[in-house]
Parts: sequence; C-alpha cells; structure tokens
Amino acid sequence: MQKLSIEVTVNGTTYRRDVEPRLLLSDFLRHELGLTGTHVGCEHGVCGACTILLDGEPVRSCLMLAVQANGHTITTVEGVAPNETDLHPLQQAFRETHALQCGYCTPGFLMSLLPFVETHPNPTDDEIREALAGNLCRCTGYQHIVEAVKLACRLMHAPQDA
Amino acid sequence: MTARETRYFGKPVRRNEDPKLLTGRALFVDDVDLPGMLHAAFYRSPYAHARIRAIDVSAAKAMPGVVAVYTAEDLGDYWQPGPLLVPPPPVHKMPVFNKRTQVPLAKEKVRFVGEPIVLVVAESRYIAEDALEQIDVAFEPLPAVVDVEAALAPDAPLVHEDAGTNIAAHVIQEKGNWEEALAAADVVIERRFVYDHGHAAPMETRGIVAHWDARMQTLTVWDTTQAPIPIRNGLAGMLGLSEHQVRVIAPFIGGGFGPKIMMFYQEEVLIPWASMQLARPIKWIEDRRENFLAMTQERYQIHDAKIALTRDGKILGVWDSFLHDTGAYIPYGLTVPLNAQCTLLGPYVVPHYYSEFKAVFTTKAIVTPYRGAGRQHGVFVMERLLDIAARELGLDRTEIRRKNFIPPDAFPWDNEIIYQDFAPLVYDSGNYEPALDKAMEMIGYRRFLEEEKARYRAEGRHVGLGIVAYVEGTGIGPYEGARVQVQPNGKVIVATGVGTQGQGHFTSFAQVVAEQLGVPVEDITVVTGDTAEFHWGTGTFASRGAVVAGSAIYEAAKAVREKVLRMASEELEVSPDDLELADGNVFVRGAPDRALRLGDLAIAANPLRGAVAPDTEPGLEATRYFGPPRGATASGVHAMLLEVDPETGFVRILKYVVVHDCGTVINPLIVEGQIHGGVAQGIGNAFYEKIVYDEHGQLLTASFMDYLVPTAMEVPPMEVAHVETPSPWNPLGAKGVGEAGAIPVGPLFAQALEDAFDNAFEVTEIPLSPQQVWALVHGSKEKQS
Ligand code: FES
Ligand code: FES
Repeated sequence: MQKLSIEVTVNGTTYRRDVEPRLLLSDFLRHELGLTGTHVGCEHGVCGACTILLDGEPVRSCLMLAVQANGHTITTVEGVAPNETDLHPLQQAFRETHALQCGYCTPGFLMSLLPFVETHPNPTDDEIREALAGNLCRCTGYQHIVEAVKLACRLMHAPQDA
Repeated sequence: MTARETRYFGKPVRRNEDPKLLTGRALFVDDVDLPGMLHAAFYRSPYAHARIRAIDVSAAKAMPGVVAVYTAEDLGDYWQPGPLLVPPPPVHKMPVFNKRTQVPLAKEKVRFVGEPIVLVVAESRYIAEDALEQIDVAFEPLPAVVDVEAALAPDAPLVHEDAGTNIAAHVIQEKGNWEEALAAADVVIERRFVYDHGHAAPMETRGIVAHWDARMQTLTVWDTTQAPIPIRNGLAGMLGLSEHQVRVIAPFIGGGFGPKIMMFYQEEVLIPWASMQLARPIKWIEDRRENFLAMTQERYQIHDAKIALTRDGKILGVWDSFLHDTGAYIPYGLTVPLNAQCTLLGPYVVPHYYSEFKAVFTTKAIVTPYRGAGRQHGVFVMERLLDIAARELGLDRTEIRRKNFIPPDAFPWDNEIIYQDFAPLVYDSGNYEPALDKAMEMIGYRRFLEEEKARYRAEGRHVGLGIVAYVEGTGIGPYEGARVQVQPNGKVIVATGVGTQGQGHFTSFAQVVAEQLGVPVEDITVVTGDTAEFHWGTGTFASRGAVVAGSAIYEAAKAVREKVLRMASEELEVSPDDLELADGNVFVRGAPDRALRLGDLAIAANPLRGAVAPDTEPGLEATRYFGPPRGATASGVHAMLLEVDPETGFVRILKYVVVHDCGTVINPLIVEGQIHGGVAQGIGNAFYEKIVYDEHGQLLTASFMDYLVPTAMEVPPMEVAHVETPSPWNPLGAKGVGEAGAIPVGPLFAQALEDAFDNAFEVTEIPLSPQQVWALVHGSKEKQS
C-alpha cells in the first residue's frame, strides 16, 4: 500500500513518519510512536478510552486516521505530567479520591476532562456528569471520578496565597 | 494483638499503583512490543450452527505479509478439547452431566457465532485481517438452538449430537422435605421468573502475547488472565514443557469481572503454540466485536418457583426448578447454576428446600461466571417471592425479611446443601438486622411511606422505594500463598500468585504487611500475576483475593515479624515483648534510640562469613500458604428511590444506599470503589444492558452502540455504610467484596418499580427496558379501565 508522509507534534516532539493511509491515529500513537498510554477500548467511538487532545481539543484517536493528524499538535496522557511524582492536579485528584481501579479508562477520562477543569472553577455535579458522559468506565461507578473532578477544579482554581 | 487493631487497617490509604496508571506508564498486554513480533487474527464462524464442508485458505496464505495460516487439521495431536475447569460437584443427585468443552479451532461443526475456525499470523494486524477476507469456508447451515425450552423438545436439533440431548447437566439438591412445608403452609405462592445477566464488557478486551525463545527454550506469555499460575501449568502440560520453561505474566489488566478467568480460551491455547512453531513472538488482541462474540458471558435462567409460608409470614419452604442456558460448551462446569441454587437461600431461615436445575446447551457463546456468577438469579427469585408474599399476607416488606433472618447467635449456619466450592454451604458469621435498620434509616423508609410517597403522587410523580437483602459466598479455597521479604534497603517485597484487575491489591496487600512490620505502605512493593515471582496459586475469582491471598500475606508477614523480634531481642538484649516495630525500625519500647533498621537486620540475616545456627533460614523472609476451611459469607441490604416516567418508561434513581458487611475492612476507599462499580454493573444489568440473539443465533448486540453500558448519567451517587461482622475463618476477619454491589440490583429495581405504581403490576423479569416499563404501566391501566 502506498505510504504517505506526515508530520505530527506529540507532547512537544515533532515526528515525521511514512504511514499507510488506513492507519488509525490510535494505532499510530501506540504502535508507531510507542505512546501506549492512550488506550483502545472499542475502536468505534463510544468508550472514549482513546481520547487525546488535538490542538487542545479532546478527540477520539480511534475515529481518526494518522494522516488526518498531519500538521497538528497532539497531547497524550504521557504529556500531562513530567514524571510519576509531579502529577497534574487532575491526576492528583484522581489518586486522592480513588477515581481509578483498573485504570484502563483513566487516560481517556483525563484527556477528556483537562479542558473542562481548566475552564470550570466550580462546576455542579450535573455539569460534571455531563462532561463525563462520553467516557465509559466499567470499574468505578463514576462517583469517585465526579469527586476527583470537583477536587481538581478546587486545586486548580484555588485563590493564590500572597 | 488481633489483626483488626491496627495503624494501617481500616484506613483510606491512597493506592501505590496509581501514579503509573495516571501517567500512561503502566504495562497492559497490548503495550508489549517485541522485536520481530507477528500479529494474529481469527476467522470466526458467521453461523450459530453449521457443518463445515471445506476450508480453503490458499489465497490467504499467498498474500504478501502473511506468515502462517492454521486450521484444525494443521494442529495435529495438539487439537484437543479444553480441560474441564470445574468438575461436576459431589451432590447426591446428578442424573446427567455431559462434559463438552471448547476446541481450539472448529473442525467439523461450528456451535456459536464467533467460534474460531482459522488462525492467521501476519506481519501486521492490518494484513492479518485482510487475509481473513480471502478465506473461503463452505458451510452447511443447521438450525440454531436459541431458546432453552425449545432446546429440550424431543425433536430439537442437537448442539452435540453424540450427547443425544441438549441437557448439559441435571442437578437436584434438597434440604428437609418440601412436602412437609407444603402440608403445613397457610399460603403458597407460585411464579415464573426470568433473570438474564449479560456481558462483563471490561474496558480492556482480551489479549495475549507469546514469545518462544528457541535458544533459551523458554516460553513467555503475557495474558489478560485472572489466573496466571493455572495458565502456566496448563500451557506447560499441553505444550510438553516443564513448568519452569513457561512464564506467564498477567500485567496490569483492564478489568476482569470473571470472564478473564476462563481456562482455556481457544486463543490462549493457540497463540503460544504458534509462537513455538514459528519461533517468533506473536500478539493477538481481541477487538470489541470479537469480545462480544467470543468472550464468555452470562445468560438467562428461567425459574419456576414456589414459597410456602405461615399466615404470619414465616418461611416454611421453597421449591425451585430452573433452566440454565450454558451456551455451546460447559468448560466451567456448574459454578453459575450452583451459585444461583445456593444463593437463593439468602440471609433467611428456610427449613425445607427443593431445588432442581437443568443446564442446557444452546448455539451461543459459552457461559462462565461474570461478577455475581449466578448469585443474582437466585437472589432475584427469593426477594421477589418475599415481596409477593408480603403483599398477599398484608405484611410490610421489611417485616417479612426481618422475621425470617437467620438470628446472629445461630452461626455457623448450615444450609445442608453443597456450594460451588464443593463444601457444604455453611455461613461463617452474620448479623443481618442492623444492616436492615441502617438501610431503612438511610433511605428514610418510614418517612417515605408515611409522607413523601403521597406528596410525590399528588405532584403527579411516580416514585417508588425498593429495599432488598442478600448474602454473597466469597473467599473460597483452595488456597493462595505469599512470600514477604525485607530487602537490605529496608523496603519490602511481597509476592503472591493471584492476578489483579483493578481491585487495589497492590495497596491493600501492602497495608496487611505494613501492619505487621511497621513499614510505610509506599515502601512495600506487591508483585502479583507473574509466575516467575511466585510458583503456587489459583487466581482471582469468587471475591477471594483479599480474603485468601490477603490471609497468606498476613501469615507470611507475621512470620517475618517474629524473625525480626527474635533477631532484635538477641542483638539489643531485651525480651521480644519489649520491642516495637515502626517506620522501618525495630526499637525498645520507651527507648526509641535503641533501634535497629529492618534493612540492617536483613543484611545480618544473610551473613557471608561465620557459622549459622542449624535450621536457620537466611534472609528476612517467609513464605506462607493459606487455605480457608470454607468461604466467608458477606451480606448486605440495598435500598433506593426510583422515579419512573409513565409516558416514556424511563427511570431516574433519586437515592441509592448500600449497607454492606464484608467483615474487617482493610481499606474503606477500595471497598467503596468495589461497591460503586458493582452497583453500576447491577444497574446496567437491571435496566440498560441486554444481550440479544435473534432466532438464528446471531448476536444483535455486538457493539457499545447496541449493548448499553451505563455512563455517569445513568449511575447515581451512592451512600455506603458498613456493618462489620468479622469472619472467624481467616486471620484477617475479612470477607470478599468484589461482587456484592452487583448482586441485588435486579430485585431492587423490580420492587421500586412496582411501588411507584402501587403494585398495579408484578415484575418477574430482568433486565427491564423503557419499552417494558411502558408496557407494564400501560397494561395495568388497561386492566383497570
Ligand atoms: S477506543 Fe476510541 S472511543 Fe473507544
Ligand atoms: S477504572 Fe477500570 S474501566 Fe475505569
């Protein structure tokens, strides 16, 4: 199959690769770039496990082809925190409230929620649940995830001490 | 000191495993990448039931990038039906048991849509899937066997012709004498109930990477299994290898819920074999459609049940006869129907019990345990019978339950039948009334009945209350083991054989050790699911991880603690009774500067020179095993307020409370999470999720668009409270919690729904759907007019 050249910036690094036009973006990230933090739960756009940020917006990487990402900037879960100790407030909040069990869905939730927590200092439960509704989690029953989002919003929008 | 009075128990300790998972650095099976790795895909049956006349793979083989194509013929002697994982139980009456287990690749006949027929191995998954389209199989379709009642008709087509029947098993268990109950009864209630339980749908599908290293003569397998050690043992046996040549790793697993303990899946048998044939690593990852078709599931049972009672609501006896759909094969034996049969008895005194079931072969995916594993079906029958009886006798629904609870001083309580672990069904401990009281208080039972209900109704709103009780047999044997080792740097390694799929074992097990050794939880590394780290064990199922492996870890940690005390008392010249362990040190009570680091003791326990006393084992380390004599019985009460829209049939849960008794709570945060997740699955099962096969045995619900897993919009906030009745049968006092949340939600929905319409209709079937609710409401209105 004819390959096409693409250039994509992922977590600050620019990659140039020749890929088959049919290659899914999720497979490209996971298997070509080795960024296996992005998970695949359904490959039909329902579960949200594969969510990444494309130019800052959450999108499902299983519903895009790698070639469609040409020229775009992507953030995956690996790009959210520099290491396992210096976690982003949203990640901290997930840990604090036990918002993950098997953790398979978690990268997708984090990526879907990042823009939300940045723009919502004090969301209601209903707003949070609506923001979560595009992601499936089979382990947690969502309650702790709702709490995590509340906590993250508090942490991120806390008034700075002088 | 008992296990319960501790610094680390009962604390909401944050999980050790989270930072890896949160930063995308945890290893799941599909993340394994090896040089030279090939990719597999399966050609699966498009028919539920058909004879295979011919298979032509020549075009697929000729495609560039295709490395190998295998059919059943190519497997030679390796083609064998799988093992019977759970043998038939030692019950007194079992007139039929037809052992028929799945085969690696279908040979003459296919028995369910999705059954694998051809394995393709190629340079990429994309190429392997292209090759599937080039495979040509000539089928002669046979009539599908879909309905369990029709399957028993004399002229029904047979799933396994050589069995001469579609009955896979027929089991009768009895306690006392139902006829006596009947003779003494003031009331007998009789109903037919249908309970359907669906697909586990873990977010991670199944997957396997197998790597045969021809030079080392070793096979390494990464497998999404809940039971790595039995997989290693089985693979070694099948492949003619010794166990030390095979290493099975269950890394991070994206949810299991039961089906990931099936042994052996066809793919599990084939991928390691193919890797040995080709001397290259091979990866197979199931896609979501395959997961719906070919991963095991649960299914429906049809119960014809009767309950006999006195006028004042005392249970005299229960009679139940049910059909259990087991799918095309029965590799997991009778675990699911036995659970249904046993769990039906619930927390109640049932003097006489007759229960009979037939497991029936159908041309559908194989049925094996999925979270609850038949317990739901039994609980549904009993709780519904009690609701209907209460109504007929004019009793309050909580009163009829209270009246029949096994009293707290009657334990251990012998139900006189055989459980899924083949031991008599004996409850270890329990205290049911406080849980009921607490749930009534939390849901506002009296207030709702006396005031709120009428107020809602006046506003034109249909709100109903549900409240049901259940027990859950957990923590069954045979055994687990663990090794606890203090490293020279003072950190502790804990190795055990069970796999972990998100239950927080890395943390709760560390808490058990922290408790004994006074080492902070974050300095304790738990290694699970790798057969190279621990040789013996069975697996994570039946809510047994915390109970059985946890107890083995407790025993091992206690032995290490004793060694620490012995060594330190010699070194510091004080009695062991005057020593304490904390912060990674052992020190003289009241004189914290007279202390030794555990790490230094570990070094001293492994001397390089000098004489060692006879019978001394090196290292600060111990290995212990634990096998509970019997399971530990957890219990609980759930209650909810449900609002129903009579026009659309849609429902909204206004309040949900859980009062649960899982004995000693090691980590309340983890226990709560387990319950939340279980309830969410229970809600899915009760109202949203349904596996639908059409009359040709085609699965109509093979995607998340058709099989509706609840989202955050459907799952309500829950309030969870605990009653702690420790189990006397393990040193932690723990009872399992993995399945509890999921078990009672069906009957809870049914009761609340009826209540919302003042019992204008009866609910005898789960799952419900908006259409069904609408039909029930509508039907009852027609009856009235
Ligand atoms: S994998 Fe992309 S939405 Fe499920
Ligand atoms: S934590 Fe397992 S699917 Fe969400």
